[in-house]
Amino acid sequence: MSCREFVRPNPDDLLRNLEEQDAQSARGRLKIFLGYAPRVGKSVRMFDEGRRRATRGQDVVVGSIQTKGIEAVQPFITSLEVIPCRVIDREHVLDVDAILRRAPHVCLIDELARDNPPGSRHAHRWQDVEELVAAGITVLTALNLQYVAEQQDAIERITGRRARRSVPQSFIHSADEIVIVDVPAEGLVHNGGSGRLEAHQLSELRELALLLAAAVVEEQLLRYMKAHGIRQSWGTQERILVCITPHTNARPMLESGARAASRFHAQLFALYVHRGDLTREAQETLDGFVDYASKLGADLQVLHTNQDPIAAMLQYAREQRITQIFVGRAQRSPWRFWARDPIECLIKAAEGMDVRIFPSTQPG
Amino acid sequence: MSESSPVRSPDNPIRGKLKVFLGYAAGVGKTYQMLVDAHQLKAEGIDIVIGYFEPHGRKDTIAKAEGLEHVPRRIVEHRGTRLEEMDTDAILRRHPQVCVIDEFAHTNVPGSERNKRWEDVMVIRAAGIDVLTSLNVQHIESLNDQVWQVTGIRVRETIPDWVVQEADDVVMVDVTPRALLHRLERGVVYAPDKAQRALENFFTESNLTALRELALRQAAHQIEDRREEEQVRSPSPVIPRLGSPRKERILLWLTADPATAMLIRRGRRVADYLQSTCVAVAVVNGSSIEERAAIERHLNFAKNMRIDTSSIEGRQPAAAVAEYARRNHITHVFVSAHVPDLHRLVRLLRDMQVTIVSERIR
Repeated sequence: MSCREFVRPNPDDLLRNLEEQDAQSARGRLKIFLGYAPRVGKSVRMFDEGRRRATRGQDVVVGSIQTKGIEAVQPFITSLEVIPCRVIDREHVLDVDAILRRAPHVCLIDELARDNPPGSRHAHRWQDVEELVAAGITVLTALNLQYVAEQQDAIERITGRRARRSVPQSFIHSADEIVIVDVPAEGLVHNGGSGRLEAHQLSELRELALLLAAAVVEEQLLRYMKAHGIRQSWGTQERILVCITPHTNARPMLESGARAASRFHAQLFALYVHRGDLTREAQETLDGFVDYASKLGADLQVLHTNQDPIAAMLQYAREQRITQIFVGRAQRSPWRFWARDPIECLIKAAEGMDVRIFPSTQPG
Repeated sequence: MSESSPVRSPDNPIRGKLKVFLGYAAGVGKTYQMLVDAHQLKAEGIDIVIGYFEPHGRKDTIAKAEGLEHVPRRIVEHRGTRLEEMDTDAILRRHPQVCVIDEFAHTNVPGSERNKRWEDVMVIRAAGIDVLTSLNVQHIESLNDQVWQVTGIRVRETIPDWVVQEADDVVMVDVTPRALLHRLERGVVYAPDKAQRALENFFTESNLTALRELALRQAAHQIEDRREEEQVRSPSPVIPRLGSPRKERILLWLTADPATAMLIRRGRRVADYLQSTCVAVAVVNGSSIEERAAIERHLNFAKNMRIDTSSIEGRQPAAAVAEYARRNHITHVFVSAHVPDLHRLVRLLRDMQVTIVSERIR
C-alpha cells in the first residue's frame, strides 16, 4: 500500500481561509453562470444570487442587464442599484469607469460575450470584466456555451450555426467559480426559446456544457490539491494510456483506447518506451503506430531510457494520473533477457490502475 | 435478461416517467428545485402531489412546499419507536398524474413492504404516475469505490445503476462548493451542531469539488445515453457516431475475495460505458463454507446490478473460467488482482482481452 500523504484540513481553518482570501486578496472573484442554450435561466440565477447577497448586506450593483427577455429578471433587480451601460453606436457598453468609481463589492454583468465598438478601452466585454476583477470587484456574469471559442467547432457541427462573438475558454478556466445552469432540453423545445433547435441538438449542447464545467471543476480540484500539498490522484476523469511497441498489435489497442476515451469522455495517451535501436522493419511498424495514435487524437509520449521499461511506464502513468493502462502481448518475445513475463511484472506493480491486456493478434 | 442496459418500459407503455434531480451533497438545492418544478406543473394544471419530502428544517424549502398537496406519511412501529415513511398505498389510491418523492436512495424502515424507496418508486410508476425524485451522485452503486477513494467515506445507502439509468431525464442541480460551505456555515443546511460534524467529516472543499465533478460527468453520460437510445428508436441522419465495430461481451470472475465487490462495480460501469453485455461466473467447488457464503453474496450483488450470473465447477478454477469464457463467446474477461492463478488465467486467455482491476487505494 502506498502511504497516505494527505492530511485533512480543519474545516474551520478552511472556511476562515476562504474568508481571508476574499478580504485580503486585491483581486475580486469571478463567478460564471454557464448555460447550454438561451433561456435556460442563467441570468435569473445570477440576478437571484445578487439579490440574495444584497439581502445579506453585501454591496451589490448591476453593471449590465440583457436587452432581450428583461421581464424575466426584472423582479430580481428592482431593489438593486443599476449602473447603466453607455450606448455607443447603438452598442451597449459597460461603463467601466463608473463601476470602478462606485467600487461595489459585487457587480452583476449579464451577457458576457459582447463586443465593444471600435475605440473602446477593450475590444470585448470579457476584458472589461477582467479589469473589474483585477480592481478588486467580485463579478457574477452569465454566459451561453455557444460563445466559448474552443467549443464553437463542435457547436457548429451540432447546430449548423456559429456565433460571431466569442470568449476564450481560458477566461472560463480562470474563473474562481463556475455554475452550470441545467434544465432538460424538452422544456426549451416546448417554450420555443431555444432558437428552433431540436431536442437531440439541445441534448448534445447540454452534454458539452456539463463536460466543460466538469473540466473546469477538475482543474480547480487539481489546483486545490496542489496548493494543499495533496499528492493523490483524485481527478474523477478517466485517463487511458496505450503502451505501444513494434512487437505488439497496437492498432486494435489504439482503436479500443479511442473508443473507450470517447465513451468515458476520457483523455487518451500513448506511450512508447525506447530502449535502443530498432531494426528498420520494427521502426516502420512503430512509425505506423505513432501516426495512427496521433490521428486518433492521443497525447503521444516517447521515453528514452536504459532502465526497466515497466518502471518507466508506470512512473509516466502515475505522473499522468492514468486510470486504465492498455498493454499488448508481444507477437514474438523482445523480452528474451527477462526472467519473467513483463506483463506479470506490470500487473504486480500497477497499483491503482486497471491493466487491460490485449491479444497479440486479433481473434477471428 | 442478458442485455446489459435495461430497456425502458418495453412491456408497460403506461409506466410513469422518472425525472431525477442530481446533486453532489445535502444542501445543494435538489429538493428546492424539484418543488419549483412541481409548482410550475401545478400552474399548468397538472394534478401533482408530494408523496414524500424531507424538509431537514430548511426554511426556504418548507416555504416552497406550501400550496402543494401532501399525501400523509404512514407511521411505522420499529422496536418501540414510531417512525414515518412514505405511504405508497395511499399515493396509489390518490393516483395523481405526478408525484414528488424526495431521496431516491433512501432505505425504508425494517418491516416495510419494500426495502428501498426506489422499489416503491417503481410500483408507483408502474401504476402510470410520473415521479420527480432527488439523488446525490455518491449513492450510485458503481461509483462507490471512487467516492470512497475521493472522500474516504464508504456510502452504505446505494442504488443500483440501472435504476438511475431508467430516468427519462436527469437534471444537474449545481451550486459551487464554496456557496455550499457558506450555506452550511449560515446554518441553512443543518442545525449548528450537526453542521459542525458535517464540516469536519464530509464537507471539505476538496471532497465537494471531486463529488461535483463526478455528478457533472454522470449527468453528461446519462444525457448522452438517453439521446443515443432515442436515436436508435427514431434514427436521425444528422449526427454520425463513433460506431462500435463489434459488440463486446464482458465476463467477470467472481471469487470469495472481498475485492470482488469492487470488481463487480467496476465491470458494470465499464460495460455500461462501452455498451457491452456483462455476465459473471464463479467457480464453487472446493471452497470452504465461508468462501461459499462470500461467493453467494457476490453472486447476489451482481444479480442486483443486473448482471447474469453462473456458478460452475472445475478442479482448476482458472482453466474452468477460461473454458467458460470460450464457450460463451466472451471477448473480455475482468478479474481482480487477487484471484488465485491469475497468471495462469492470463496465459490461458491469450486470444482474449483481460482486464485486471486493481484495488483503489487511498
